[in-house]
Amino acid sequence: MTQTPITTNPKQPSIAATLHVIAAHRVVWPLLALALIFFIDFLISPSFFSIRVVEGRLFGSVIDVFYRAVPTAMVALGMAVVIGTKGIDLSVGSTIAIGGAVITWRIHAGDPHILILFWALGVGLLCGLWNGFLVAALEIQPIIATLILMVSGRGIGLMINLLYGGTNPSFTSELLQGLSTGHIAFIPTRLLVFLLVFVVLWALLRRTALGMFLESVGGNAKAAYLTGINARLIIFSAYIICGLTAASAGVILAADTHTSDPVSIGRNIELDAILAVVIGGGSLAGGRIYLGMTILGALVIQALTTSILSSGLPPEYNLVVEAVVVLVVLLLQSANFRGLAVSILARRKR
Amino acid sequence: MREKYLPLTATIVVFLALFAIGGLLYNNFVSTLVLGDILADNAFIIIAAIGTTFVILSGGIDLSIGSMIGFVGVVMANLDVIGWHPLASGGMMLVFGLAFGALQGLIIDFCDIQPFIVTLAGLFLLRGSCFMVNLDAVPIRHDFVQEFASVSVPLPGGGELHSSAIVMLVAWVVAIVIAHFTRFGANVYAIGGDKTSAGLMGVPMRRTMVGIYALGGFYSALGGVIYALYTSSGYPLAGTGNELTAIASVVLGGTLLTGGVGMVAGTLFGGMIFGLIATLIDFNGSLNGAWIMIIGGVLLFLFIVLQRFLVGSFRLRTAA
Amino acid sequence: MAGVSKAFPGVRALDKVNLRLLGGEVHALMGENGAGKSTLIKVLTGALRRDEGEIRLDGQPVEINSPGQARALGIGTVYQEVNLVPTMSVTKNLTLGRQPAKFGMISWRSARDIAKTRLKRLNIDIDIERPLGSYSVAIQQLIAIARALEEDTRVLVLDEPTASLDAKETALLFQIVRDLKSRGIAIVFITHFIDQVYQIADRISVLRNGRLVGSAPIGDMPPLKLISLMIGRELGQTGLRLVGEAPPSDAPVLLEAKGLGRRLMMEPFDLKLRGGEVVGLSGLLGSGRTEVAKLVFGAMKPDAGKLQVGGAPMTGHSPSRSIRAGVGFCPEDRKAEGSFGELSVRENIVMALQSKRGWLRLLSRSEQEKLADEMIKTLAISTPDAEKPVGQLSGGNQQKVLLARSLVSGPRVLILDEPTRGIDVGAHAEIVALIRRLCGQGLALLVASSELDELVAVSDRVAVLRDRNKIGEISGADITRDNVIHMIAGTQS
Repeated sequence: MTQTPITTNPKQPSIAATLHVIAAHRVVWPLLALALIFFIDFLISPSFFSIRVVEGRLFGSVIDVFYRAVPTAMVALGMAVVIGTKGIDLSVGSTIAIGGAVITWRIHAGDPHILILFWALGVGLLCGLWNGFLVAALEIQPIIATLILMVSGRGIGLMINLLYGGTNPSFTSELLQGLSTGHIAFIPTRLLVFLLVFVVLWALLRRTALGMFLESVGGNAKAAYLTGINARLIIFSAYIICGLTAASAGVILAADTHTSDPVSIGRNIELDAILAVVIGGGSLAGGRIYLGMTILGALVIQALTTSILSSGLPPEYNLVVEAVVVLVVLLLQSANFRGLAVSILARRKR
Repeated sequence: MREKYLPLTATIVVFLALFAIGGLLYNNFVSTLVLGDILADNAFIIIAAIGTTFVILSGGIDLSIGSMIGFVGVVMANLDVIGWHPLASGGMMLVFGLAFGALQGLIIDFCDIQPFIVTLAGLFLLRGSCFMVNLDAVPIRHDFVQEFASVSVPLPGGGELHSSAIVMLVAWVVAIVIAHFTRFGANVYAIGGDKTSAGLMGVPMRRTMVGIYALGGFYSALGGVIYALYTSSGYPLAGTGNELTAIASVVLGGTLLTGGVGMVAGTLFGGMIFGLIATLIDFNGSLNGAWIMIIGGVLLFLFIVLQRFLVGSFRLRTAA
Repeated sequence: MAGVSKAFPGVRALDKVNLRLLGGEVHALMGENGAGKSTLIKVLTGALRRDEGEIRLDGQPVEINSPGQARALGIGTVYQEVNLVPTMSVTKNLTLGRQPAKFGMISWRSARDIAKTRLKRLNIDIDIERPLGSYSVAIQQLIAIARALEEDTRVLVLDEPTASLDAKETALLFQIVRDLKSRGIAIVFITHFIDQVYQIADRISVLRNGRLVGSAPIGDMPPLKLISLMIGRELGQTGLRLVGEAPPSDAPVLLEAKGLGRRLMMEPFDLKLRGGEVVGLSGLLGSGRTEVAKLVFGAMKPDAGKLQVGGAPMTGHSPSRSIRAGVGFCPEDRKAEGSFGELSVRENIVMALQSKRGWLRLLSRSEQEKLADEMIKTLAISTPDAEKPVGQLSGGNQQKVLLARSLVSGPRVLILDEPTRGIDVGAHAEIVALIRRLCGQGLALLVASSELDELVAVSDRVAVLRDRNKIGEISGADITRDNVIHMIAGTQS
């Protein structure tokens, strides 16, 4: 079988070359995934994209995706930072549980609600300090170190609940519930809260040298040491950041149900967060932190969930679809697999 | 020779100590009745944990354990509805567990992806599949369930060794034999101790890695079969969170999470410690699930810190 | 056993190398880092495939494509890192992969017998049930030899076996080597310790830049000839000197080390670095070049002596303190200790300067780009732009990026460890010229290098090291290749 030679006009870049350049930009993949999901949604039910204004606020499936993605995205941002230092934090769900319990406790104690926000962040700080201590000072493997808080954290939350009497106590807080479920102009308030968290984190990482130091410690810890970077402090700060973002997500989630339910709040959010980071291009082996793409990753995961819900498929399909998506992403990221796929395809062409 | 058994001894001591504390706190605690119940109640998770020990010994991790337990139960329940004998459906699930585990191992080794993430996807896949089949618990009505439950070996002192516990003990012995008396077992320890060296020493890497996860999958499936028979139902939420309990049992049993050091034998006692704590709390009545979690975390912390300094004190030297 | 002879020419990192191994003979293989020793051994032991040439065993050509095949042919290897598993017992290590088994079940009693027999062959009697890692490295190495030694071993390769051994342990090892020799085994002994070579070897082959530059029986290879084969051209040829006028003797002492040392790493030494002066660190591999550089920089903590930078004593030794005090460092091993592969060229270049400024005062993007572009031009770093991930650059260019990093941190004292390794020969001259230019600006430079020619060309003073000791200094007009070599060899010129 003869092959026609491909001639390229040197003046015009070939389509293949342009595609190559586009593919080289990492942001393509999660964006593509998101677009694909939305496209399939549109095919299944065109009303997916309808946006209505009800009671002065935007509603619609697309809005829903962004709305529900906020807690996961917050946790994922902190997780991306920790993963960048070659670590991981499995205890975020527990941090959220403890946060919820503390919020309820202080509200019942009569604290001004603004102060309670600081209590919540304080919980995140403490959990981050604990994890950081285990990983940076005691040099325990991150998976195991954060496992400790993961196993015991929800119990601590339950204990706090018990202290002032009652199982699954609830609370009312205009401020907190407003932050979580309210709206300003047409936009759900929590999106603005998320934006604030993102901007603060972005400024912390990219407007100071912290981001660079985090990535260097994760990329080559020995080289970082020789460059004069204090790796221990940097790793500490990573876990503190993760604790703080988890606590922020905890405020949103707790105020959503205005109940403290340490056993089921934020269940599996650590897994979703890790997946969001991986889909967003982060590598579990440490290195670059892609804040923006992690948000995309969280959106992809949430879009999957919402799409399945609105398409009429039972929500149970959610997990399977997520698993398949993650596997596909991982396989594509693996050089060995790509090589195998290419060679199989090449063989079949002959 | 003695250094090797130190962590195992520590675990057994902790177990006996807890048992003794229970005996001090409550009447009739130190009895084979209680022991038999602990063994039977926790048989399924201990079986799964035994399989996980191999994975952890090789330096890896398997998060899909709990979901496998749930999946196995759900499939068996649904097959029971259409008339399958539990032994047949159970046997098929064992093969499935083996194959699923092998697939995970292959992806981990060939694509060079971290075990954490691959088995995480496995967790999602299996758990999701559970839900896709049915949402509520489905009972298993076959007569075999009763027959199985009635099999028991009486113990001195009035207690009984129930069928699930017997299966667990047999599985435990088999695992010990595999770990310490087969080439495969030696290879697992080698890979966990120093992966590069193991490769240079001629250990067949791919075969062993696939085998490790296949074995883990097999044991998880076995745990699932036992759980299904024990609760006589297939419950899609079964096994949730069990992967953590399993890993914690392995760690408490003296196996280092970094791999290469530890004993399968210890996992039995590690799992029993968890079971003991739950029973102690049950006996108390006024304490609740919160304490299990907190105590679990504290124990885990102590053991991990202990392990950290044990490794340092082992003074394992490597060339410059 | 009659003579075992092998001949194999030619491979990429090896350029048509010939090697003949005779049974019952200890054949030492020597050369600096990057000379090709490990590559040659990897081809012999099946870890690498050769590109051209052939291997002959007893006159018959053989194919060695895997470690298993090498072992089957009777070639045993003991690697420098003692590639055994420290967490397993000695018995298990000795029998891994070949455990005696009945119906798939290992018989540990038989395994223990086998282990004891193997160890007895080397006259070792230890508790074989203890974990391997609980023994000293010396014993671990002997165990590794015991494992590598089969009934039918014809060739035994020992890769840097004495690197972590003290004098007594080395003597024990040599006893065993002599014993093996008497059994007719051909032993390949890779090392960089000249004294040891003359104690144990019967024949020496020297590799340099992938080529075999000399091979002779020990009697025909005196130390002088050996050293010059390893690091320089033939004696008698004078090297080029780029040095301008000598710096004034009242130039400020920017760094002073007094009695600085660390047990087992480097004997206490004194060193003075003056502004506008280049001090070269010369010596063979293993003589302590990197150790001196790291001790002076604070990357290695000394347990003896004092360090003064800019007249002020250094309290506490760490890279960050040194960088703040104005000392810059460019490491030898760029992959393990230097580059941040995923980060861009720009980020790699400014990292040390940024760490000096602290995490709050971020260098603006334009400042970073300016610095990066400057360096790319000055050092002729081959990269399309400053945003390319450093891991994608060639080795030589990565080295240049590291050099740029140490320059950009604005040091008064600059320590360079093998700055020209992996850089193409043409660029060497550029770097050497750059070093002299920096001196003209008042910098004090300490350059550790295995390239004697370059040190001779660029140094105002040369500190000579041998076996972790500083044995002397040569200054000014006395700096010639011959003089350095003579000092290392301990002979008169």
